Amino acid sequence: MLEIKNLHVKLEEEDKVILKGVNLTVEAGTVHAIMGPNGSGKSTLSYVLSGRDGYEVTDGSATLDGAELLEMEPEERAAAGLFLAFQYPVEIPGVGNMTFLRTAVNAQRKARGEEEMSAGEFLKVVRAKAKTLKIDAEMMKRPVNVGFSGGEKKRNEILQMAMLEPKMCILDETDSGLDVDAMKLVAEGVNALRSAGRSFLVITHYQRLLDHIKPDVVHIMADGRIVKTGGPELALEVEHNGYANILAEVL
Amino acid sequence: MAVAQAKLDAAAARLAALSLPQTGWSAAARHDAAARLQAMGMPGKRDEYWRYTDPTSLTTADAPHARLFDAGDEPAMFDAVDRVKLVFVDGVFDPAASDDPVAAGVELLSRVSADIHWAQGLYGVLETRGQTPVARPLAALNTAAATEGVLIRVTGKAAKPVSLIYLHTSESSDAILHHCIKLESGAELTLLENGPAAARFNKVLEVEVGDGARFHHVRAQGRDHERRAVTHIFARLGRESLFKSFTLTANGVMTRNEAIIELTGDDAVAHVAGAALGDGDFHHDDTVFITHAAERCESRQVFKKVLKSGAVGVFQGKILVKPGAQKTDGYQISQCLLLDDDCQFLAKPELEIYADDVKCSHGSTSGAIDETALYYLRSRGVPLRQAQSLLVQAFLAEAIGEIEDEALAEDIRARLEGWLARHGQ
Ligand SMILES: Nc1ncnc2c1ncn2[C@@H]1O[C@H](COP(=O)(O)OP(=O)(O)OP(=O)(O)O)[C@@H](O)[C@H]1O
Ligand SMILES: [Mg+2]
Repeated sequence: MLEIKNLHVKLEEEDKVILKGVNLTVEAGTVHAIMGPNGSGKSTLSYVLSGRDGYEVTDGSATLDGAELLEMEPEERAAAGLFLAFQYPVEIPGVGNMTFLRTAVNAQRKARGEEEMSAGEFLKVVRAKAKTLKIDAEMMKRPVNVGFSGGEKKRNEILQMAMLEPKMCILDETDSGLDVDAMKLVAEGVNALRSAGRSFLVITHYQRLLDHIKPDVVHIMADGRIVKTGGPELALEVEHNGYANILAEVL
Repeated sequence: MAVAQAKLDAAAARLAALSLPQTGWSAAARHDAAARLQAMGMPGKRDEYWRYTDPTSLTTADAPHARLFDAGDEPAMFDAVDRVKLVFVDGVFDPAASDDPVAAGVELLSRVSADIHWAQGLYGVLETRGQTPVARPLAALNTAAATEGVLIRVTGKAAKPVSLIYLHTSESSDAILHHCIKLESGAELTLLENGPAAARFNKVLEVEVGDGARFHHVRAQGRDHERRAVTHIFARLGRESLFKSFTLTANGVMTRNEAIIELTGDDAVAHVAGAALGDGDFHHDDTVFITHAAERCESRQVFKKVLKSGAVGVFQGKILVKPGAQKTDGYQISQCLLLDDDCQFLAKPELEIYADDVKCSHGSTSGAIDETALYYLRSRGVPLRQAQSLLVQAFLAEAIGEIEDEALAEDIRARLEGWLARHGQ
């Protein structure tokens, strides 16, 4: 599904190298988790994959089902099936949440040569999905993320994911800011989407999310590289002992 | 201070090129206006009030040429609205293309058919009041030399909106229109205006909004690129009255829209709003002066401009709160979205307050499109242009929101989307 090879990334504006050779393969139908100390480059990786400006790829590649992601515009990556649930979802004053979602769904359908969703059908689907995430109708009418609480923003990200049905979902600290119940809701939302043709890359600091969304593979990222890869037990080790041992071992 | 000779000469030259009616009901007002203009002279580049906008092309004796513009198969503005249509071609009333004005209670300046005694108390009167504290010579010129216009007195709720349609068919036309509207107590009227009107257009609208009366105004200034326009709205509001004016300007090489509004009755409400979009030679100036002279009045100014490739936007907005105008609620926002680095937004917001119990706020911002929001939209699959268009529309939403009638607002939104689509947004 997703194949990242020797990815090197620096900031465009300054000579700061952030990703120093990331190698990562996510197979179809699997859930991978990435953990790692603050500032190790996890969000940068997700931004680079989704096409945010400001980064320069100096080496390496990233492909989604064989297609070179790094050469595509952000909207093309989305239409190809990539989705990033942001660590910090963006507020867009003046653009209604509902309008935004519908525009996005139909733009992707159009890009893929599919028929657009009718207003009626869209409304039906979005209402049902919003309900399972406990997002009320009033929130859907408000401008995108404006005045949403931290947890509401994260749930809104998952709603977008559920509507867009991407095949490669990257979740960047979706658990931060969520209360215990909301985390369960979000995890249920994610688990409901798990399928043979869909993969997840879950960036998190905490085992508790992984209790709900069970990963197949866990990676540890440090200083711009994946330094260790293992099974779910690796996350438990981090939970108990922190990163010190792991980092000492690889250095 | 003596008025610069060049300004006096310019006024004389301009007046000499026009034929002023010497007789008729408005003769005295016109004579007076001409004398006032001769004394104050034409606006000059060095005038404080024209600091950001060069008045030259608006003051010359002859109008600079403006190529005609073909809007293609775009549906006419306000087409879906049931309205009284009055068509002016290069400033000349076209009866064949219009509904019967008299049947709709509208008199024409050029051919008054009924008693319009009331108009004598309005024609040039609000304009004259509006000359202090700032001189507005082009409005005085208009009162002196207007060749056409509508005179409307409304006593109840007008059955339909009055829609003034301004066509531009001559490359050198120089139109001067002057409208007077009087809303008696409790009356209600919607005035629609659209079109470029002429190569150069000077328009004055004087509106007296009586106690409890409601006036709605929506205008679109046409899509012609080379047309020039200077317009003044002079409004006086009575007790508990409402005045709402919205203007869409898309294109036009020179636009100066002034609104001079006086809240003279307690609890009156005045909102003026504008959305302006332009690129290249586009120069657009909103100049607003709102005077609070009564208690508990509310005023709002909401002006938004979207500028591309070298366009210039100007906003001069003032709220004057007179002594005794307690509990005034004044709000003013002027914002500019610069789609390219070489565009310019020049803003001069002013508050002058002589009462102690008032709430006034103003803000002015200019900046580029929010890159983070753009990326967020694109990351969800919305193509660049569509994402930009969404953000521009979001930027303009507060101004469009000032239009109360949803059908009219929808029409304006459609024009905006059209403009954005044509301009690669
Ligand atoms: N635009 C930028 N300008 C300057 N530094 C940046 C920029 N983007 C990222 N960095 C730096 O790159 C490093 C990696 O940041 P990144 O956000 O990817 O870390 P992270 O692993 O997601 O951390 P966290 O766990 O705290 O979310 C940090 O040192 C950060 O300060
Ligand atoms: Mg991060």
